[in-house]
Amino acid sequence: MSAKMEEQNAEMEPQMPQRTLAHIKNKQRRQELFRKMQIDKRKEKLKEKKKKQREDEKAGDKAPPKKVPKTIENMRVFDETMVNPEDEEVTYDEATDEMAPYFNRETLPKVLITTSDKAAWTTRRLCKELSSCIPNSEVHHRRHLPLKRIIKSAQEKDFTDLIVINNDRGKANGMVISHFPDGPTCHYKMSNVKLRQDIKRCGKPTEHQPELILNNFNTRLGHSIGRQIAALFPHDPNFVGRRVVTFHNQRDFVFFRHHRYVFKDNKKVGLQELGPRFTLKLRSLQKGTFDSKFGEYEWVHKRHEMDSSRRKFHL
Amino acid sequence: MAAHMEPQVCQIWMGAQTGILKGIDLKKNAASNFTDLTTLEKDKEITSICWSGADERQVLLGLRNGTVRTFDPKKLVYDEDFVECDREGGLFKGLASLDDERLITCQESGMVRVWQKGKPEHITEIKAGANLSRMRQNPHKRQCIATGGKENDLKVWDLERPDDPIFKAKNVRNSFLDLRVPVWVNDMQFLANSSKVVTCTGHCQVRLYDPSSTQRRPVLDIPFDEYPIISMALVPGDNSVLVGNTQGRMAEIDLRKGQVGRIYKGFAGSIRDMQCHPTLPLVASCGLDRFLRVHDIQDGSIRSKIYLKSKLNCLLFSTRDFTQDEDMLEASKKGKKKTAGEEGDEESEAIWKKMKTITEGNQKSEKKRRKTKEMGEAQRKDGLAGKKKMRSSRAWET
Repeated sequence: MSAKMEEQNAEMEPQMPQRTLAHIKNKQRRQELFRKMQIDKRKEKLKEKKKKQREDEKAGDKAPPKKVPKTIENMRVFDETMVNPEDEEVTYDEATDEMAPYFNRETLPKVLITTSDKAAWTTRRLCKELSSCIPNSEVHHRRHLPLKRIIKSAQEKDFTDLIVINNDRGKANGMVISHFPDGPTCHYKMSNVKLRQDIKRCGKPTEHQPELILNNFNTRLGHSIGRQIAALFPHDPNFVGRRVVTFHNQRDFVFFRHHRYVFKDNKKVGLQELGPRFTLKLRSLQKGTFDSKFGEYEWVHKRHEMDSSRRKFHL
Repeated sequence: MAAHMEPQVCQIWMGAQTGILKGIDLKKNAASNFTDLTTLEKDKEITSICWSGADERQVLLGLRNGTVRTFDPKKLVYDEDFVECDREGGLFKGLASLDDERLITCQESGMVRVWQKGKPEHITEIKAGANLSRMRQNPHKRQCIATGGKENDLKVWDLERPDDPIFKAKNVRNSFLDLRVPVWVNDMQFLANSSKVVTCTGHCQVRLYDPSSTQRRPVLDIPFDEYPIISMALVPGDNSVLVGNTQGRMAEIDLRKGQVGRIYKGFAGSIRDMQCHPTLPLVASCGLDRFLRVHDIQDGSIRSKIYLKSKLNCLLFSTRDFTQDEDMLEASKKGKKKTAGEEGDEESEAIWKKMKTITEGNQKSEKKRRKTKEMGEAQRKDGLAGKKKMRSSRAWET
């Protein structure tokens, strides 16, 4: 009975709280110990890693597969509008949409680039640089003209697209892309604009027609957007020029980049940025040419209603 | 063709911009196409849709090229075309059937015509003015129709007197700057129990007209949002209407208070058409965002949302079978619940029967037994923690 009691008492003994570094009052000592602890931790981690590597090497093919990290993209909320390329209905819908004449090679893209009124120097510069990215494009001063009149006269002069860069407090902050003659019109928020002068080791673009890369425009809305962007650039790029324009969609942000590539040897590829670079986020897709008040919207981004989940994407 | 579908299971019929007729089964939340995808043409876009006759025997489809096709929702086949209008008249802005034999068509150019089945020429013609955007029929007085459009104010016509409208709205007074207020009627509805007409405009107003009174100006004018209102549905009960605009905002407008009521959520794009179910508290809406949404009018929650792959122009809500089926479904559900409850009762009764009746003599021993039992149970439940508790309690005893 007594032995049992002792045992129980031993178990009952209150444990001293572990002394942590925070309890050491001498700052120098505390710091020293902390540094030591950090180093130990790192060593431990490295050891584990090496051990695992060795085990994997030993196991060869039988090694457990590497874990895929969880990102909000691969945990994306299911979207029923994801386009299946074999879907007849969507294929027909796309074959008869407003951009169909371009894809049937009936029209050649001709783009008008302009700004909002009283554009800052940087915005005008951006227009110029954008114009060097898009073949067959012209930059014009806005001259305080209403957009609807510009659209009318641009259509008479056989332009197929219009890009308007909006300027606010000396910065480019918005972009409108409109396709002629029947739309659609997209409105984007623009951010992170970097001109050629701000980019390190930036090259000068050549006159060759660029290749176009459109990444991750997979939903029905993404398809419409992607098709409209594609219609800004002519078919048949000059591969000799090794110029690439990229629109990369990630988490509904569309990244614009302009590069020249070079094959260094059989394996290595070099990239030189040609600028400019900026990021776009879709605000709305409107049917028809620009008419923000009386136009019908195909899709409008509603902030509080649509952004309820971080894992829900629209493009 | 989705011929494998059982007949009469679709409750909603929709016309798409691609020219596809879609049927939706709300119970299964499934959609099916009733047009051969290989025969699609841009010319065959369905711009308006209506029932033929009062008993919903046929669906009439107004196409972009000026023909009216008929579809049999029971056999799921197309019958012969009803009429062929001229293409110069523009798009169909409204279809309605007078009776089984006669059909009213309305085109953008302002031609409202009545056609007899089997006759190539129209019987009656009304010139309702250019730029029409909608024609609606009074569901309780079938020869009575209303028209309206851009710079073409509301007119109510009697088809037996095609020369003059029986009611012609007058524009509201000039604004405070003494400027004329522009007119742009986009949609209208007849209220059921009165001769009143509700319109919605491209300048974001909902207006109520009363043709029975002497006043030709609207008796009620309610502003809603900042974008053109393009579709409207009458809520059964006549006290309110639902409106939808080009930015995908749908709201209930109370006609008694003259206020905007509940805002319905979940839309991404322009709402082209909507309709309420006559008996159930449901409203279906469709539009450019390629979704059909069915909302509950009572609490505003979304009942179903179906992606339909094409932009949708118009929809038609069936009135009959769905209600009965729903009732039957609910009844069967209730029945199931009832049986479950009964089973529960039987079990508990059995337990009561098993229990001993407690007398004074065995009460103490019963208490003790129960206590030990409880302790045992606690141990089992809490596992280790329970054991420790026991131990500590014993230590405390000694």
